[in-house]
Amino acid sequence: MRLNDEEQAMLDGRDGPAVQRAMDLLVRYGTALGAERLVDTNNVCGTVGATMPFLRDYATKHGGLDAVFSEFNLDSPDVVAVPKAKVFSSHLQQGLDPEHAERQNVGSDIVKLYRAGEAYTAKLGIQPLNTCAPYQVGNVPVKGEHCAWMESSAVIYINAVLGARTNAEGRESAGAAMLTGKIPYWGLHLEENRGGTHLIELDIDVKSVADWGLLGYYVGEIVQDRIPVINGLRHVPNLPKLKHFGAAAASSGGVEMYHVVGQTPEAPTLDAAMRGRKPVETIRYGEAERRLAYERVNTTAKHTEVDFVMLGCPHYSIEQIWEACQLLEGQRVSPDTELWIFTPRATKQLADQAGYTKIIEDAGGVLMTDTCSSVGRVMPKGTRVAAVDSAKQAHYLPAIMGVEAWFGTTADCIQAAVTGRWSGAFA
Amino acid sequence: MSTDTAMNTDSKSKTIVLHGRKVVGGSAEGEALVTGDRISGWGGIDPRTGTIIETRHELRGQSFAGKVLVFPGAKGSSGWSSQFHIARLAGSAPAAMLFNEMTTKIALGAVVVHAPALTGFDIDPLDVIETGDWVKVDAERGIVEVIKKQRG
Repeated sequence: MRLNDEEQAMLDGRDGPAVQRAMDLLVRYGTALGAERLVDTNNVCGTVGATMPFLRDYATKHGGLDAVFSEFNLDSPDVVAVPKAKVFSSHLQQGLDPEHAERQNVGSDIVKLYRAGEAYTAKLGIQPLNTCAPYQVGNVPVKGEHCAWMESSAVIYINAVLGARTNAEGRESAGAAMLTGKIPYWGLHLEENRGGTHLIELDIDVKSVADWGLLGYYVGEIVQDRIPVINGLRHVPNLPKLKHFGAAAASSGGVEMYHVVGQTPEAPTLDAAMRGRKPVETIRYGEAERRLAYERVNTTAKHTEVDFVMLGCPHYSIEQIWEACQLLEGQRVSPDTELWIFTPRATKQLADQAGYTKIIEDAGGVLMTDTCSSVGRVMPKGTRVAAVDSAKQAHYLPAIMGVEAWFGTTADCIQAAVTGRWSGAFA
Repeated sequence: MSTDTAMNTDSKSKTIVLHGRKVVGGSAEGEALVTGDRISGWGGIDPRTGTIIETRHELRGQSFAGKVLVFPGAKGSSGWSSQFHIARLAGSAPAAMLFNEMTTKIALGAVVVHAPALTGFDIDPLDVIETGDWVKVDAERGIVEVIKKQRG
C-alpha cells in the first residue's frame, strides 16, 4: 500500500506509540483488503467500552482501559498510552443503561466500570452519543463525506440514505481511525463500487415500518453483501422505515449500501442507481415473498405468552416514541410482561421534556438509553418469549439470549405488552 | 484450470492444490470445517468456544476452534472482527481461514485473528474441500494443499 509522507511519519512513530500502532494496523488491514492507499476522514464512529464480561476481565488483568484500547482498538498486545482522538469521533451503543442497571440485572461493580469508561471516553474527546443511530442525534454526514463508521445499521443508513461513504468498519479499524484520521480507501469509498447489482421489483405496496423491515430481511438474505436497487416505490418512506429496512438487510445479509429509485440521493433514476450496468439478478417482491420473510423472521416464535416487549432496535427516534405513546397512553402493561423502549440519551431528554417518558412510565413501561437487549444482553429476569417490532432484533435476540422472539408491527407489540399475549398475525 | 480437471487429478492422488492471494501471512494446518453459509461474527458465534450460534446456520452448534475454516465470507454486524478477536484471545480462533468474498469485516477479522488467511483462489475451495479433509495453508506462498479424507 502506498503511504504519503504524513502517513509514513505516523508509521515511523513521529506521533508516539499509539499512533504508530494505529497506522501499523491500518497498513495490515489495507493490505489485506488490497487497498492502494488510505483516505482522510473526519467522522469516526466506534466503540471503546469495556463492560462486557470478556473485556471487563481483560481490563482487570492487563491494567485498565488503555490496555483494552491497545488490544481491542489497535490490535496491539503492548499497552500504549492512548492520546486524544485526532478527528471527530463518536461513541456507539454501550453495554448497559446506568440509570436502569438494577432492572437490567447489572451489578454496581459493572456500573462503576461503565462510569470509568464514560470518563475515559471524555478524556479521549470522543462524543458520548451512546447510540447505534448517531444520525438521529446530530451526527449527520453529508453526501460524499468519507466516514469510518461501525454498526451495520448505521453504516447502511449513511451510505444509502445520506450518500456518505463508509465501509462497515470494526472496533479495531475505527479505533485506529480515531487516532490517525485515516481509513483504507477501498470498497464503498470509491464511486465505481457504489452502483446497484441486484434489481428488486416491488409488486406490492410497502407501507409500514414492519413492511420495510420484512422487505429488508428478504432482500438481505438474497443479495448478501451486494447492492440492491429497490424499484416500484408507491409511497415516500421516512427515517424509521429506511432505518428498519437497512438494519434488517444488514442482519439477514451483509448489505452496506442500497438504492431506492427516485428516493435515495444516488438513485434519481434506475439507470443512475445501476450506474448504467445490467443487474446480475432481478428479484420480484410480492405477497408470497413478504409472507416468506414474515415466516423467517418469526422462525423461533412458538409460545404466545409474552414476557418481554422490546422496542427501539435500532434506537427509537422521537417520532417513534411519540407513536408508541399514542398507542400506549391510558393503558396498563400486563403484570406478566415488561415493556422496555430504547432510545439515545439525547432523545430521552426530549421525551422527558415532551412528557413521553411519563406516559410510558405511567403505563408501566420503561424508556431506556445507551444499549439494547442484544448488545447489552439485558432482559427482564426469566424472559422466555420476547416481542419486537424489529426484524434485526428478531434475528439476533434468539441467537444471543436463547429466547423466542415474535416480530410484528409496533401496534402488535404494544398490544402484547398490554395483554401479555401475542396476537399479531401476517396481515 | 477448471474445477473438473482438478477433481479428476485428485481422485488419483487424493490431494488438491489451490492457489490464492495472501490476506494474512503465516502457515498452519488442520482439519477443514466447510460451510456454504456466510458467517456472522457478533450474534453469530460464541467467541469463547468458537461455536456458531446463528439460528438458521448450517453449522449451528459446531466449533471452528483450531479448524481450517472454509466459507464464502462474512455477513452481519460490524462487530465481526471484535468477536473473532476475542476468539483468538480465548484460544478458540480458527487455525486458518479460506474465503471467497472480500469485505472489510473479514479483512479486519482475519488481521486481528493473526492466523493465515487466503482469498481469490484459482479453484473455489467450497467446491473441492469438505469438512474433515486435512488442509495445509501456506499463506506466504499463497498455497493450500488439501488431503482428502478417505470416505466411504
